[in-house]
Amino acid sequence: MNESDDQKGNNPAGSPPQQSNHDTPMLDHLESGPWPSFISGIKRLRDDHPSDRVNGMANDLLGQLEHSYQTKKGYWKGGTVSVYGYGGGIIPRFSEVGDMFPKSREFHTLRVQPPAGNHYSTDMLRNLADSWEKHGSGLVTFHGQTGNIMFIGATTDNTQHFFDEINEYGFDLGGAGPCVRTAMSCVGSARCEMSCTNEHKVHRSLVNNFTDDVHRPALPYKFKFKISGCPNDCMNSIERADFAVIGTWRDDMKVDQQAFKDYVGRKGRQHTIDNIITRCPTNALSLKDDDSVEVDNRNCVRCMHCLNVVPSAFSPGDDKGISILIGGKRTLKIGDMFGTVIVPFMRLDNEEDYERLVEIAEETIDFFAENALEHERTGEMIERIGLVNFLEGIGVEVDPNMISHPRESSYVRMDEWDDEAAKWFERRANGDAQVSGGAV
Amino acid sequence: MATEAVKKPKKQMRPAIESGCPDGMQYLHPVMLRNFGQWVDHQHPRPGVLCHVAASGEKIWTVRAGTQRILDVYTLRKLCDIGDEFGDGHVRFTIRSNIEYMIDAESKVEPLIGALTDAGFIVGGTQNSVAMISHTQGWLHCDIPGTDASGIVKSMMDELIHEFTNAEMPNRVHITTSCCQINCGGQGDIAINIQHTKPPKINHDLVANVCERPSVVARCPVAAIRPAMVNGKPSLEVDEKKCICCGACYPPCPPMQINDPEHSKLAVWVGGNHSNARSKPSFQKLVAAGIPNNPPRWPEATAVVKKILAAYKEDAKDWERINDWIDRIGWPRFFEITDLPFTKFHIDNWRGSRKSLNSSSHIRF
Repeated sequence: MNESDDQKGNNPAGSPPQQSNHDTPMLDHLESGPWPSFISGIKRLRDDHPSDRVNGMANDLLGQLEHSYQTKKGYWKGGTVSVYGYGGGIIPRFSEVGDMFPKSREFHTLRVQPPAGNHYSTDMLRNLADSWEKHGSGLVTFHGQTGNIMFIGATTDNTQHFFDEINEYGFDLGGAGPCVRTAMSCVGSARCEMSCTNEHKVHRSLVNNFTDDVHRPALPYKFKFKISGCPNDCMNSIERADFAVIGTWRDDMKVDQQAFKDYVGRKGRQHTIDNIITRCPTNALSLKDDDSVEVDNRNCVRCMHCLNVVPSAFSPGDDKGISILIGGKRTLKIGDMFGTVIVPFMRLDNEEDYERLVEIAEETIDFFAENALEHERTGEMIERIGLVNFLEGIGVEVDPNMISHPRESSYVRMDEWDDEAAKWFERRANGDAQVSGGAV
Repeated sequence: MATEAVKKPKKQMRPAIESGCPDGMQYLHPVMLRNFGQWVDHQHPRPGVLCHVAASGEKIWTVRAGTQRILDVYTLRKLCDIGDEFGDGHVRFTIRSNIEYMIDAESKVEPLIGALTDAGFIVGGTQNSVAMISHTQGWLHCDIPGTDASGIVKSMMDELIHEFTNAEMPNRVHITTSCCQINCGGQGDIAINIQHTKPPKINHDLVANVCERPSVVARCPVAAIRPAMVNGKPSLEVDEKKCICCGACYPPCPPMQINDPEHSKLAVWVGGNHSNARSKPSFQKLVAAGIPNNPPRWPEATAVVKKILAAYKEDAKDWERINDWIDRIGWPRFFEITDLPFTKFHIDNWRGSRKSLNSSSHIRF
């Protein structure tokens, strides 16, 4: 779309006339104050950058942004741009006021998948800066709310050139549109004592199994993976991901009684009672007379509070694994939804376990692709068809960990009660049932 | 000459290498690589600095700094220079666009903080501070924005800087901003989001050419949109009595302009919490609306946020997030001490909303 706009932003051969800077009286207000100013950064590109392409683009971008501030409206429209062989990964932006600001008329964003855990070397950041300066606007965000590196501002032609260059040294586009999106994972095992799984490996095992679904949007709507190494859920996965993976543990949490006693000695019993003991959501902690702590592990729900307050004394157990929750999303269209438990616990010890994890994701995405309506998220689909139909579709048995409480409405047909009850007892006898934290 | 133009060689396109998500392990600090999965404890020596301890006894220090998020390459290279001269060349970015430098000796901490501060970056954002506000593109790049989150965030962080560089809150505070009701900024302890108050203004001349009308009709959460002939052209019409001004029709159909310079307002929501700590994760709830969308510095929105933060800081117990605090003190008390008006709009009427009503005699007096 709008291919005819392609060349308009470029200057014809010969030296371009010296640009005059757009006045930016409103944006100038965003240069004062202690917090670093993005406006000052764009002005640096305008004023200091030797390339006319870069400084001209920055100038016209500032001009359009000032125009938005003056009129309180946005002036970008979408379109269709991708790189050769892909159908997505780029957010096309064509200016609706390109005649006033021609050098930023095409200002597409490339969504690029960051390394799992968002780790970089400064050398690699410099490589990315060099490539982006060569082909793009010189503006970049680590990272957008989608989890991507956002390279903001390239012409249609240059999206391909930039992609070709960074793709050679290991970077690939992320998702945009109705497709599997770029995944996110926390720092986890790399630097956090709360981590209960290898977030890195889970992240890459999942999303890199679906590169075709990332690059070629063909699903009913977006599908997101987010991975947090513990129930603190720093990746907001339960609230924001269609497929949330949360690290957890199944055995008793570990308690270093001496470290706990030291804490009580330092902070006092009242502080300990007010900030730890009474904050446990299931009253699973008890302060003993000798200042040690007793844990009712059977009723611990792994909320993390006591571990967060005294990480030196409390830590996750040894029988670690993950929970999977499916269906989180924000408002559109039927309202906010949390992900809900589909797999209460599974271990990830060996390649077979990871294959099973990927298989659950494949079943979920296949079912979503076949059954969701256009522009319907996984959570909305489950809301529409009921959890049980979804579980049957992906081949997962029911489990009481999936619910807050059983049905309240009596309006249900239950002819097959006896069969279902027998199935439950059979599963328990075989040790298959997930009740009491049995594995998948 | 003309034949040469015809013979123009076909451009050879390079096939993509579908490598997907790169391996992060290659960029890890050697101390982190050696102790991967073996961390046992952490301390918070000062705001903006974390020290993690591994079972081996090795330690890694992290210095966290806030940035302007939309980085120009000069700023990015400056961050790299600091990382090379005062750090160990290994960095990462948090989910809230802070940069983190990982270093293997305590002696490197203060010089690194000094270099960052001298260069204008703000060290902080750890533990029980007000973290960097998460946000999206706004007028700089989005196709549907009602405001400029980047500008709001810059203005607000200028005012909240003490709370970013110190850790004086009862627990951490995550603030988010979003330029439309899609809420890309995400759930937050405090969220500042656009709330439209007037139905879309339709440019009927463009609808037939630009919009796939059935999918626009399907997009409306309240079935307020129907196909119509307007001025002899196929278009769409909106039942303005039903319309909830959500803006869901605008992305698939730009001629249905929802952004209104006067009537698109800011609303403030509180109590969104992603963590499972203590209580289950919670979504944010409406507390204030009708706040003017007032560039370039949005002082009215900042004033509301500061009022809520002051009440929370004063009244909440240690470790209570904003949702935990309000659960304890109750909503009437919240509206009382924040001096925000309680209106009929605070009472939810969306599906499932009955569960948000008080069906008990639990009332605080």
